[in-house]
Amino acid sequence: MMSTPSNNHSGVSVEVRGLRRSFNNQEVLKGLDLVVRPGEIFVIMGPSGSGKSVLLRHIIGLEAPNAGEILINGESIQTPGVMNKYRMAMVFQSGALFNSLTVGENVGIYLTEHHLRPPEEITRIVAEKLETVGLKGTESKLPSELSGGMKKRVAIARALVIEPQLILYDEPTSELDPISAVVIAEEIFELNRRIGVTSLVVSHDRDLAFGIAHRIAVINEGEIIAIGSPDEVKRSSHPVIRNFLHADFKPQ
Amino acid sequence: MFQNIGEMVLLFWHTLLALPLMWRQRDKVFDQFYEIGNASLLMVCVLSFFIGGVLALQTGPTLVERGLHNYVGGLVGFSMAKELAPIMMAILIAGRIGSAMAAEIGSMRVYQEIDALQTMNINPVHYLVLPRLVAIAFALPMLVVFSILVGWLGGAVVASATSQIDITMQAFFVSMRDAVKLEDVANGVFKGFCFAWIVGVVSCHQGLVTRGGPRGIGRSVTKAVVNSIILIVVFDYVLTRILLK
Repeated sequence: MMSTPSNNHSGVSVEVRGLRRSFNNQEVLKGLDLVVRPGEIFVIMGPSGSGKSVLLRHIIGLEAPNAGEILINGESIQTPGVMNKYRMAMVFQSGALFNSLTVGENVGIYLTEHHLRPPEEITRIVAEKLETVGLKGTESKLPSELSGGMKKRVAIARALVIEPQLILYDEPTSELDPISAVVIAEEIFELNRRIGVTSLVVSHDRDLAFGIAHRIAVINEGEIIAIGSPDEVKRSSHPVIRNFLHADFKPQ
Repeated sequence: MFQNIGEMVLLFWHTLLALPLMWRQRDKVFDQFYEIGNASLLMVCVLSFFIGGVLALQTGPTLVERGLHNYVGGLVGFSMAKELAPIMMAILIAGRIGSAMAAEIGSMRVYQEIDALQTMNINPVHYLVLPRLVAIAFALPMLVVFSILVGWLGGAVVASATSQIDITMQAFFVSMRDAVKLEDVANGVFKGFCFAWIVGVVSCHQGLVTRGGPRGIGRSVTKAVVNSIILIVVFDYVLTRILLK
């Protein structure tokens, strides 16, 4: 869709340095290094279990590394106050909507809980963000009444309310039909174009990655095996990347 | 086990520190209060009436046989106020509300809703634990008072309706008035207040540490109820010793 990051960016840079993390003596991240530029759509690809989602959880501060550090705009997220200084949001694989709250309450929860706006204004902002993701008039529905694609769009609307400088997407198109997947891809792309938010997308959806990414990193078994523009990654001769990009079902 | 105890103490402490923020969470406190209090009333009523009745039925004939009919009301009143109402209500609430708290928070943990809260800089202790603990700390002592009153009524009705006891309701309440002091009721209410914190902290903690899928949620619910009941019984002994004169 595009090859260069939006100039109109409010986004932040993300730098991962020597990140290591083990669970039960099994090393999941083996010293990762990467830099995401402000306003960039950066896609992290790789087979299931390669450590992509764990990396994302470290960047948003849900996990603490065993070694290494993560810098947002050059400041370590371990430094007190840094996580509050930058507006960051995450769209979870499952959407992670609050099942006991309505769609409107889900989208407005950040503003409501932090008492950032009066209730009437929150209602207006919620309606506006839902309209942005094509879900106008769904405020009073419960998450259980929505399809998988709609839930993900509500999760994006909830992230937008934060007016983020960095959005992390965890498998945004998994479990979706091809049409819904395209709609989500367009949302990610449009948001980046319109507000210049830095977008870090974890996915093993090849169409999504090559369709929207400015740059792609491929992770395998906790290590980055390739990083570069979509064309550079496509040209990689690494056997794991060749297998990953050309895996197809061939009936005997 | 010691790690769990440490985590529960910390959770309790963090909730206490967050108490000044209670006003902000007042809507959630009222919702929880309604759920704990109002929705439990019928169950509390039935349970307390029959506990009071059984107590009168078990002790009444023996006391009357020995010419101690003046003590039936006192015994029922005293037992309900100081022991049975607080412990029965705490166990009932552990089963009914503690399990619901652990299941709700546990499923929020498993389905990443708590992670989502954290990414929005919303403290799960303020958002989920504080309203539940404040609501249960108000509701349980009130249910204890209600249970004491219904239990007394149950005892009086059974004592007057049973031929082996045959005490008028008036005589039952006069005997109770002589034996039971306001301080005894206050003791029971205080116990209820302490048990409320136990049920709330244990259940919320179990919810927050839930791991795995639906099986993990089930395990947390069981642990929340069982651990709450064990702690209630242990603390009942400790509190009785402390309050004993």
